[in-house]
Amino acid sequence: MNTQTDIAIADRQLGGTLMELRNITLRFGGVEAIKNISFDIREGEIRAIIGPNGAGKSSMLNVISGFYVPQEGEVWFRGERRGPVKPYEVARLGIARTFQNIALFDGMSVLDNIMTGRLHRMKAGFLSQALWWGPAEREEIENRAQVERIIDFLEIQNIRKTPVGRLPYGLKKRVELARALAAEPQLLLLDEPMAGMNVEEKEDMSRFVLDVNDEFGTTIALIEHDMGVVMDLSDRVVVMDYGRKIGDGSPDEVRNNQEVIDAYLGVAHD
Amino acid sequence: MTDQQTPAGALHSIPALLARNVALFGDRPAYREKEFGIWQSWTWAEAAEEIRALALGMLVLGLRQGDYVAVIGRNRPAHYWSMIAAQMCGAIPVPLYQDAVAEEMAYVLEHCGARFVICGDQEQVDKVLEVEESVKGIQRILYNDKRGMRKYDHSRMNSIADTQDQGRAAEPRLGLELDARIAALDESSICVMLYTSGTTGKPKGVVLSNRNIIETAKNTCDFDRLTMREEIVAYLPMAWVGDFIFSMGQALWAGFTVNCPESAHTMATDTREIGPTYFFAPPRVFEGQLTSVMIRMEDAGRVKKWLFDRFMKIARRVGPALLDGETVGFTDRLAYGLGKLLVYGPLKNTLGYSRIRVGYTAGEAIGPEIFDFYRSLGINLKQLYGQTEASVFITQQPDGQVRSDTVGVPSPEVEVKIAENGEVFYRSPGTFVEYYKNPDSTASTKDPDGWVATGDAGFFEESTGHLRIIDRAKDVGKMADGSMFAPKYVENKLKFFPNILEAVVLGNNRDYCTVMINIDLNAVGNWAERNNIAYASYQELAAHPQIYAAIRTHVEEVNASVAEDEMLSNCQIHRFLVLHKELDPDDGEMTRTRKVRRAVISEKFADLVGALYDGSDSIYTETEVTYEDGRKGKIKATLRIEDVQVFGGAVQQKVAAQ
Repeated sequence: MNTQTDIAIADRQLGGTLMELRNITLRFGGVEAIKNISFDIREGEIRAIIGPNGAGKSSMLNVISGFYVPQEGEVWFRGERRGPVKPYEVARLGIARTFQNIALFDGMSVLDNIMTGRLHRMKAGFLSQALWWGPAEREEIENRAQVERIIDFLEIQNIRKTPVGRLPYGLKKRVELARALAAEPQLLLLDEPMAGMNVEEKEDMSRFVLDVNDEFGTTIALIEHDMGVVMDLSDRVVVMDYGRKIGDGSPDEVRNNQEVIDAYLGVAHD
Repeated sequence: MTDQQTPAGALHSIPALLARNVALFGDRPAYREKEFGIWQSWTWAEAAEEIRALALGMLVLGLRQGDYVAVIGRNRPAHYWSMIAAQMCGAIPVPLYQDAVAEEMAYVLEHCGARFVICGDQEQVDKVLEVEESVKGIQRILYNDKRGMRKYDHSRMNSIADTQDQGRAAEPRLGLELDARIAALDESSICVMLYTSGTTGKPKGVVLSNRNIIETAKNTCDFDRLTMREEIVAYLPMAWVGDFIFSMGQALWAGFTVNCPESAHTMATDTREIGPTYFFAPPRVFEGQLTSVMIRMEDAGRVKKWLFDRFMKIARRVGPALLDGETVGFTDRLAYGLGKLLVYGPLKNTLGYSRIRVGYTAGEAIGPEIFDFYRSLGINLKQLYGQTEASVFITQQPDGQVRSDTVGVPSPEVEVKIAENGEVFYRSPGTFVEYYKNPDSTASTKDPDGWVATGDAGFFEESTGHLRIIDRAKDVGKMADGSMFAPKYVENKLKFFPNILEAVVLGNNRDYCTVMINIDLNAVGNWAERNNIAYASYQELAAHPQIYAAIRTHVEEVNASVAEDEMLSNCQIHRFLVLHKELDPDDGEMTRTRKVRRAVISEKFADLVGALYDGSDSIYTETEVTYEDGRKGKIKATLRIEDVQVFGGAVQQKVAAQ
């Protein structure tokens, strides 16, 4: 596992800047969740955001996804400044995400859940979809084929027709990843993909994350608590603490950063 | 039958059979595989084209005559094709168990000196690369699934698809060479080498010739009248001789269709979709299915449950008789017909067994209740007895003569004799050539006249001519008082209870017998759920007092039944314990085919064995376990040991001894 990760990182050509966050500040009433943070995400990399509880990681991810609009600062995506966006516009921009507390449709099958990830790509009108005629049929076959490739990729063939509500936690996480992938995103946001998993599930998920990055060339930004996983997977890491950025760099650089060590081991804050 | 008109003389290799199938029924389906949610299929003609391209590609990569080609992966058409392609090149395919850890794989790869290794996916490639640090001589790795392979060093590695493309391009240059190599194959060329899982010691490479495989396939296809219209599901390990005979030998001989499931976990759904007509499963699969049917019926509504119970009663009474073609009264026939409509038909359909014409089980004894359950549904489930060295078939049950306690009559052209110590010997066209690089073992197993020792003790029933197997000849021992000790006989009786997954009976050279038991997490877990028994782990459930009580009743029932057999009544169990972990091939406690390794167990659990015999009622133990990724850990537990009641003569003897 380790050697392979090393090879993967060494070989990876980091591309140009995909997203740039400039001087972001986010307030909820009087609380400053994010304080003047800047960093960038480059094409093809795995970028981790780490930090202790309440550091503002999830808020940061929500800013990246466009769900929160920061009071100050600018978000640049693919070389253009991004204004406030609606959720469906985010999907069309090529950004998909998974959630910390799984957000799937429990009553629907795995297959249908993943199909929803392709909703923004379906153009057939209401009537032809209802009659399943002509373009609607072609479109569904195309989309189903893509979804089946993802099912194969994530090795969930055996639960294709199972209602999501009946699945154990680890598999639900995988289905969520599948749905995000179905959107064929350019930027994939993972909010604690390994939370609550056992060692084996974590290893599986790590491999999937690496494989997604490798096979589809998807840029990935992830939040994760498990330091071992983060250090193994990521190309670059942003460290946050109390809404501030206290470190940014390769896993090795971050690991040896005194401020980061303090934040994790705990020192008195003024 | 159209598929057997060609003179047999010309058909002395698998590639020759392939060519015949293309010529006679090239547009019939040969292989199917479910992928991306759809059954993809290849006709004989299409498969032959793929195989030829792969063989040419292997020539391009420098595969030589007499080379060994290891194949590691799950059942997929491309893996079967690579075995045939290797044969075309004059090389010898060696399928390996895909779940073997690197260390086990290293031994086999080293022993056969494989120059080419065909891997199913990245996981297998990683293992081979790890093995390569100690094993020299591997020159090429071909892999099937491209996923995750982009970043690997490809100087000595190719995907199967790329190899085929190279092969197609090389047809003008190497086509004649390939034809010449195919033509050079004859009856005595080696068809395949299979490593036996080895209940004792290192695995041995069993060399099987074309004659072995093809004669066996021909005889057994005739025996069960298998035609090109059969459908089988290939899901058993490719390294196991059974899969080679069913999915290669018989499939190529009769020309039937081999269906490969989408993944190991979709097996049940895929079987249901295919509806195999010819089916093999080891007893544990049938046991597992029956257990899950029973569990689901426990949870079913009252009407359904009533219907099920009522009609299963009728089925048990008349089903097997109907299957054997005996006369059955009109009312019973009518009731059975109704049952078929309401219960048996839908149930068989759920299991995927609606179309089974010939079903086999073997490898272990099957519980009579389990066996009768399937037969009463109208599934023609039969038993066979065989081993790798015989190209599977030694004895099998003809239609209409099926019973749970015998393994049938000798297969066509197989001679069987029983030695004085009860050991079963056979001689047949399927008898293996030799153990590879192991003349000593070959000589001690096969005598100059071709008789092979099976290592099993058994006898022929005089009235029917059917063979009955008691136990492994070497496991049959003596107890301290000189009476016969047959552990497997008792273990099988114990394992017929759904709650008991495995049992290891001890007692050789001892005063009395004891047993270590593994509970079946499925059955016991469900029972616990229904009885509001909370548990956090396998270990906790196994140690639960109510489980102990249930197991004790099972053991006592077995004792009562063992006591009935005069010869074996001393094999009754006096003390038992329930193990804190499941016996696992990864920990070396079982073989890959899930047979318990007695020597390993009695060594590894020496402290438990000691406690079973020193009269203590509990024992603290630490056991090393191996996780799937090869790391090791420890399980700690305090196990209870309980005494059980014994019956009949054995008790008196014990009292007398005291």
